[in-house]
Amino acid sequence: MSVPADLRYTPEHEWVSVEGTTASVGITEYAAQQLGDVVYISLPDTGAAVTAGEPCGEVESVKSVSDLYSPVDGEVVEVNNELEDDPSLVNAEPYTAGWMFRVRVAQDGNGDAALPPDLLSAAEYEELTKSAG
Amino acid sequence: MTSFAGWQMPLRYASETAEHLAVRRAAGLFDLSHMGEIAVAGPEAGAALDYALVGNLSALRPGRARYTMICAEDGGVLDDLVVYRLGDDEFLVIANASNTAVVFGALRDRAAGHDAGVTDATGDYALIAIQGPEAAGILAPLAADLDLGAIRYYAGAFGEVAGRRAWVARTGYTGEDGFELFCRPEDAVPIWDALASGGAGAGLVPAGLAARDTLRLEAGMPLYGNELGPDVTPFEAGLGRVVKFDKPGEFVGREALAARASSGPARRLAGLTIQSRRIARHGYPVLADGKACGTVTSGAPSPTLGVPIAMAYLEPGADAGDRVLSVGIRGNEVPAQLTDLPFYRRRQ
Repeated sequence: MSVPADLRYTPEHEWVSVEGTTASVGITEYAAQQLGDVVYISLPDTGAAVTAGEPCGEVESVKSVSDLYSPVDGEVVEVNNELEDDPSLVNAEPYTAGWMFRVRVAQDGNGDAALPPDLLSAAEYEELTKSAG
Repeated sequence: MTSFAGWQMPLRYASETAEHLAVRRAAGLFDLSHMGEIAVAGPEAGAALDYALVGNLSALRPGRARYTMICAEDGGVLDDLVVYRLGDDEFLVIANASNTAVVFGALRDRAAGHDAGVTDATGDYALIAIQGPEAAGILAPLAADLDLGAIRYYAGAFGEVAGRRAWVARTGYTGEDGFELFCRPEDAVPIWDALASGGAGAGLVPAGLAARDTLRLEAGMPLYGNELGPDVTPFEAGLGRVVKFDKPGEFVGREALAARASSGPARRLAGLTIQSRRIARHGYPVLADGKACGTVTSGAPSPTLGVPIAMAYLEPGADAGDRVLSVGIRGNEVPAQLTDLPFYRRRQ
């Protein structure tokens, strides 16, 4: 199971990729495997404000429906409309074609993206999935 | 893997959708060893089952199977069952894993006074199902002493599969042709491996509980705990035909079931096609013109039809006239179309 080293993670199994002040968000391969085949995804609207740790959508699989949490604070600037036609991209390519939405986040004092301090590193996330069995 | 009635079961081996489609188009292999096997044997085994169950089992010929139910005195369903008559004085009752203890206890109590012994033989059997249009073709070369063509639907025979003795029955829970193989636990792995390697070229894949659930839903087959339970009689589930009032002798639940048969069911099981990508799941409300009229019992995306489907209990008249049905899916009213069951019927 893959946990790319250059991403950040949440205990709710989202990943975050940051470029400048834009954070791309998806769910991890571990989450996709646990859910099984994803059949429907409800994403936030472009322009919506999202809050770290708050639900902002739903991921529905054959066997279950789960909330999608935003890992960051900010404004949604883009959503992956491809997932409407092909939600299975989340299973097939969770870290690339299966991305879900992009958020413009505030800048910190250095001009970098201001991210919640409790995001996990790849190593920390991998540890978490192992202890979950 | 998932915990299911005390067993560790594979929910899926890879993709449940791919597993489902493989069973419809080629074949799937299922480990169903969690199912309960209860042996009822003795000169009065048939009479004991006639009293204990709603079916007429003494009329079943050796080598044949029957779908039936065990009901409480008030007519509520304790479990749905498949009963095989293995021999003149020997029956094998297949119960759902979560109900095996209840069914065994009830059969033992109800067999009292009959010359018949009741044994929970679940630990003596593994159960492997091979289901799908290619099932017979894959099984035949591994079961050379059996004439599979002579085993009709809902019949079975003893024979060897991959050199191991098994009861080979043409039954299943998928809506496809296929076989269920009851064997000794120590023979399960060799039989599984022989079928898996013998069938790989024909498109056979191992299939888990998730695919089993969507397959049975498309086929309109009820699941205990969803469509069946102690608060419904076979008549609500549209399965009143399994209750054999004209069989000889008394049976548990007769009075309550006869009353229900003459008054008509208080609700009925219906099929729904959901006009959205969202799934109408177990427990979601069904609305007619916005007013509650029933409850979803099972729902899933149908891999064969490409739309979400569901079964639901509806009040009488819920679909009368031009009322518009919908399902409340987490606060949204999603339109639903009443659909005849089963959703899927294989070509004969």
